[in-house]
Amino acid sequence: MKNICLYFQVHQPFRLKRYRFFEIGSDHYYYDDYTNESILRKVAEKSYLPANKLILDLIDKYKGQFKVSFSFSGMILEQFKLYGEDVLESFKQLASSDSVEILAESYAHSLAFFKSRDEFVRQVKMHEKLVKELFGVKPEVFRNTELIYSDDIGNDVAKMGYKAMLTEGAKHILGWKSPNHLYCNAINPKLKVLVRNFKLSDDIAFRFSDESWNEWPLTAEKFVSWIDNIPENEEVVNIFMDYETFGEHQWKETGIFSFLEKLPAIIQEKKGISFSTPSDIIRDKQVIAPIHVPNPISWADEEKDLTAWLGNELQEEAYNKLYSIEDMVMKINRDDIKRDWLNLQTSDHFYYMCTKFFSDGEVHSYFSPFDSPYDAFINYMNILSDFILRVKANLAPESEDSTELNLRISKQEKEIEKLKNQIERLKKSEQAKVKPGRKPATGTGSRAPISKKAATKTKTTSRKKKPASSKIPATKAKTTSRKKK
Amino acid sequence: MRVLMFGWEFPPHISGGLGTASYGLAKGFSALGSNELLFVVPKAYGDEDNSIARIIGASNIPVTRKKINLGKGRSKLDYIEVSSKIVPYTDPEDFWRLKSKEVSSDYKFIQTDEHGKINFSGKYTENLMQEIANYAIVAGVIADNESFDIIHAHDWLAYPAGIAAKEVSGKPLVIHVHATDFDRSGGKVNPDVYAIEKKGMDTADRIITVSNLTRQTVIEKYNIPAEKVSTVYNAVEPLEREKEKRKLLNGSNEKIVTFLGRITMQKGPEYFVEAASRVLERTKDVRFVMAGSGDMMTDMIKLAASKNIMDRFHFTGFLRGDDVYKMLEYSDVYIMPSVSEPFGISPLEAMQSNVPVIISHQSGVAEILTHAIKVNYWDIDAMSDAIYGILKYPALYKMFRKHGKAEVDDLKWENSARQLLEIYKELV
Repeated sequence: MKNICLYFQVHQPFRLKRYRFFEIGSDHYYYDDYTNESILRKVAEKSYLPANKLILDLIDKYKGQFKVSFSFSGMILEQFKLYGEDVLESFKQLASSDSVEILAESYAHSLAFFKSRDEFVRQVKMHEKLVKELFGVKPEVFRNTELIYSDDIGNDVAKMGYKAMLTEGAKHILGWKSPNHLYCNAINPKLKVLVRNFKLSDDIAFRFSDESWNEWPLTAEKFVSWIDNIPENEEVVNIFMDYETFGEHQWKETGIFSFLEKLPAIIQEKKGISFSTPSDIIRDKQVIAPIHVPNPISWADEEKDLTAWLGNELQEEAYNKLYSIEDMVMKINRDDIKRDWLNLQTSDHFYYMCTKFFSDGEVHSYFSPFDSPYDAFINYMNILSDFILRVKANLAPESEDSTELNLRISKQEKEIEKLKNQIERLKKSEQAKVKPGRKPATGTGSRAPISKKAATKTKTTSRKKKPASSKIPATKAKTTSRKKK
Repeated sequence: MRVLMFGWEFPPHISGGLGTASYGLAKGFSALGSNELLFVVPKAYGDEDNSIARIIGASNIPVTRKKINLGKGRSKLDYIEVSSKIVPYTDPEDFWRLKSKEVSSDYKFIQTDEHGKINFSGKYTENLMQEIANYAIVAGVIADNESFDIIHAHDWLAYPAGIAAKEVSGKPLVIHVHATDFDRSGGKVNPDVYAIEKKGMDTADRIITVSNLTRQTVIEKYNIPAEKVSTVYNAVEPLEREKEKRKLLNGSNEKIVTFLGRITMQKGPEYFVEAASRVLERTKDVRFVMAGSGDMMTDMIKLAASKNIMDRFHFTGFLRGDDVYKMLEYSDVYIMPSVSEPFGISPLEAMQSNVPVIISHQSGVAEILTHAIKVNYWDIDAMSDAIYGILKYPALYKMFRKHGKAEVDDLKWENSARQLLEIYKELV
């Protein structure tokens, strides 16, 4: 029995507005509301609403025989609340069906994992909460931003209680192995791993309307026959793609909706092929082997690595700068700061800074609202500069408020100073050579404001984080592979 | 393939991009081998690089004994006289400012010296129109004496020479548009220049433009059929000296933002001053340098003074030779906000020196560069934002350093020459 697992990713970032350097410090609103709303509405009308309606009809018609799964970023769910209540309603309707599974992901569609596992976990929990609130379900299968996966990520995700994770069936990972099996995490075999069949997925997502493709036009019959031709022992066919494929990346005129409509009908005729959700698969199928992914992979571009987001100097600088303020941000309990902190982490902003498109990615320029990666970088850095100013401004008064703590610290500092002096004096009296006048000036400690202390504290913690950030060389390794291309 | 090429200047005696470009092409062409190039300039000084082409100075060609056809219905003259006053070095822009003196193209007398040779200044003199016409006469003589397969004329100054050579020899004519008068004048086109340009384009068998931007101008403003016009991009000579990063003031963190070029309307200097003033509102550890001279220099000094930024805004005057490279070595950002730039080789030279560049979308070079920031010349917000970004966010500098140089090193004159050769072959 072959199982087709259809999974659709639903995400739109909060796009940043044009923000010039002379606005730093005076303008604290970063979003292009007009663009965000109009894009959301456009995608809703062209894709989400008609596709939802079609899928609802198909579920109705095939009564449990047609199944799909979705995941939503926190950013798109927030945008539904702002600009698309109708879309949210129709997704809720879908989610309430037994034939639909909702998966978990990181709230901000972020790359937080490589800098801060705390932030990653926080975002996964946040996302769980929102999904529970909106759809009334607790997902059991996790899907990371852009299908990014590594052994470490899988291990952490397993620790959070997830049973399975989705990722790319990258050639350099699978080698001779087929993507059409169920795998498990190399560190924690309890976590099952579903890998994307990128050939069949991209036949729909990228090549469907490509008239120069020798298989064009792609019919449901042809597609199902390909699945039918897969060897008997390969039982899982994972078709993962952006949900916007339907109606937006591939326009209605290309026949993408009728393709989707015909798919279950053709499959019903064939014996031995059915639709499944990820949870069906991990319940029904056996794990064939662990999958070893020491360096992170993703579903992007040819390289299937992180270089689309963290592949050049611009991206590295923006990314490092952003996470350098994490500890400060965590101390501030303000909604606007928290919102901006999340929105600035969205991977799309880093994607726009990708310079790979100079050689090979029309895909990148298609998705970017900026003229060039430099443009995207400068804009982002201007906004980040303002955000950092706000974070710092919010920290200072807060610490002044806690005068009690302040007092206690300065008292203790005086105490430490006194004891130090004592030690110093004792040392000197013990030693024969006494150098006069080397006493540290007393009182400086007591005058030192708390912020100084806070600053040293953040420094030490960020130093502690170094080992975690040394995960990044993985991307460097990928940069070389990019060069080879 | 034997090519008879007409230019206006040849290194080391050059005043601008035209000489650099025609030299680069000639050099690239000679590197292709098995071709021969005769390069004619109005005045040869004798110290030109003869290894890549035979350099002929028009002033060394005796014309008195030749029959000279001055056009329809005119008699052939052998008495030639001209009142050629050589004025000191001026730019084409300055020339047009001096045009109070009426230049007539309807003359009969050409002055020769005792050997029957015409005196050429080879400069942009007050008698430019006359020199151009004289050049054409000598071109006809040269075309009669030499054997060649194709004629190639660089820019409007040499178009009449190209036309004359074509009339004499019947060989195909290629004209090379390095700029049009629309670029030079900012729309206030000189009718005499336009007429020369238009005649050159109409007579030519093929027109080469240095960018698609210029190609569009040629097609639209000169009403030339599109299939007759091809773009061949310029390139840049490899840098011989290694760049050493210099600091203006030792130990200071001050950065230098440089504008290097003629201070004329075409180059958009006022947008640079405006952008500088914007940046200086936010940060003080930066200096702006306007290197060059031109008819808008005093206006620019006044503008900078009115913005109250003269303590951080500097004028160097015209820079020559090594000083240009030194200026680049001091620079942290190079900016070319040209209003209308057919190509623009100078940003490529900056990139060779590892200097990040900001160029206007209205420059031809923007069509081929990826590792440069491109803005509209009028968009002071974007321009100042780009300057600020390069100064404040080190990744940009690192990026440009790493990729910009590599990109420029790939732009070779040989490639441009190869394209030219293909076009020649189509015509011959």
